[in-house]
Amino acid sequence: MDFISILSIFVLACFVGYYVVWSVTPALHTPLMAVTNAISSVIIVGALIAAAAGSASVGGSTAKWLGLLAVVLASVNIFGGFAVTARMLAMYKKKERR
Amino acid sequence: MHHAAAPPAWVMLAYLVAGICFILALRGLSSPVSSRTGNRFGMAGMLLAVVTTLVHFAPGAIGDGGFDGAPLMEIVIAIAIGAAIGLVTARRIAMTAMPQLVAAFHSLVGLAAVLVAAAAFLNPSAFGIAEIVTMVPVTLAGDPVLGPWEEWVIDPVSRVEMGLGAAIGAITFSGSVIAFLKLNGNMSGKPILLPMRHVINLGTLAAILGLIAWFTQDQDPWVFWTLTGLAFLIGFLLIIPIGGADMPVVVSMLNSYSGWAAAAMGFTLQNSAMIITGALVGSSGAILSYIMCRAMNRSFISVIAGGFGGDAVAAEGGGAIDRPWKRGSAEDAAFLMKQAEQVIIVPGYGMAVAQAQHALREMGDLLKKEGVSVKYAIHPVAGRMPGHMNVLLAEANVPYDEVFELEDINSEFARTDVAFVIGANDVTNPAAKTDKTSPIYGMPVLDVEKAKTVLFIKRSMGGVGYAGVDNELFYRDNTMMLLADAKKMVEEIVKSLA
Repeated sequence: MDFISILSIFVLACFVGYYVVWSVTPALHTPLMAVTNAISSVIIVGALIAAAAGSASVGGSTAKWLGLLAVVLASVNIFGGFAVTARMLAMYKKKERR
Repeated sequence: MHHAAAPPAWVMLAYLVAGICFILALRGLSSPVSSRTGNRFGMAGMLLAVVTTLVHFAPGAIGDGGFDGAPLMEIVIAIAIGAAIGLVTARRIAMTAMPQLVAAFHSLVGLAAVLVAAAAFLNPSAFGIAEIVTMVPVTLAGDPVLGPWEEWVIDPVSRVEMGLGAAIGAITFSGSVIAFLKLNGNMSGKPILLPMRHVINLGTLAAILGLIAWFTQDQDPWVFWTLTGLAFLIGFLLIIPIGGADMPVVVSMLNSYSGWAAAAMGFTLQNSAMIITGALVGSSGAILSYIMCRAMNRSFISVIAGGFGGDAVAAEGGGAIDRPWKRGSAEDAAFLMKQAEQVIIVPGYGMAVAQAQHALREMGDLLKKEGVSVKYAIHPVAGRMPGHMNVLLAEANVPYDEVFELEDINSEFARTDVAFVIGANDVTNPAAKTDKTSPIYGMPVLDVEKAKTVLFIKRSMGGVGYAGVDNELFYRDNTMMLLADAKKMVEEIVKSLA
């Protein structure tokens, strides 16, 4: 992909983000932060590539270990973030109508 | 500039689908009913992104000899370690500690971004952002000096993206660590003001930007590491002058940064899932920061400049205490509320500190049994992060349709018999509407003073709110002060009601 296509995706996604986030009810702003935390750990993709790659260059070995460490950090966030969001969301209940 | 062959179409499609799942995850949060489905979309998107990456970049697949990448087993172990830590933390964490947890999670995203940027810098060929260039240095006369050698040269555009990713990631990391320490009470919530801090901060920022520009010309490691180091430093410097009460803005801002860091790395990796997510998270954090600033009637710049709002105990009220005020007991409060037709409860950070939410819900239940209509009014900056009060009330089993936002309930105070303020202060101060000299003038506040009676729980008459201003409300004829620990007072009221 060339730079302009990537930039287009980015700019359009910013607009999508703007409208989607304004529609989030203020009562769920804390779960919003927790879940955005979890999804921003999609950076794990980069970590996996670094960990999985071999390389002819000397830096490849260091890069592998940095990648593995980043995989651990991102995994903490992914599992922790989604789990804590699920835990919070499970608490939001409607009034029981009798 | 040569790039590694673009990934096959199915890989690109899978990342796009993952990105869409993340959009749906946020979309679900428009109502508590759809939110749980949304969260599952988020998990599915993440699973898809991880599996796609593992399949496509199967260990060793990119390697061209030399060092081997980590075998799949090592990667699985790394994920398992992270998963175990994450799941245990998520299960054990108290809801009142949510702001700290979110700050801690932000720091991890930041650090992961720095590590990925560093890995991309050290091993650019694996990320398809470099090509081998044969270097032949020549003398002025044009004769070769050392003989040709080969070197990986990183695409200059990628260098900017990588530099930005590392810098934003580092700021997110060190800033979040400070925010965590302040929220967790390991560090005083009082602003720490260094002399000349604006000059130092702006200088450091300029140096970082300068180094990123320099990086496009010279890919020497010192440039990358210096700019990353400076970014760690500025993240630290930016957050220490910000007081505990401004933390809702800080946490939202760091949330936004973690998104921009992910987006910058997404540019480097040309990965649509990362770019879409980065943009979503970045705008989410930015919007939350804006909402928080608006709710405090402060500009974003003034929050970032810092120096405002230590913890409530930090400031002292002074002479204003001489004014007459009324003190009530738990029995008085119980009696007044029992007689009421409608009670509106206004919780604030003090409720979280005292862990009073469960006792409060019990009080609400007893009142409802007496036929009193009970509602909760939440100011956007109540607590230490956006939506903090809502989560605590939900934890205590308060139905979410009894909880209202400021603009939805403010008109109701005039028709309400009792406003019950617990752990909130500045957000109820009528001076924000009338006193032009007040530091909080213009901040939207809850019109609690319009209720027939205001019951105000407070530890003592001495302290003032975080803004350091005395609250007009205490001295009104229709206000009754309940001086005690919030939880103890509510428990006593519950006893009197039962």
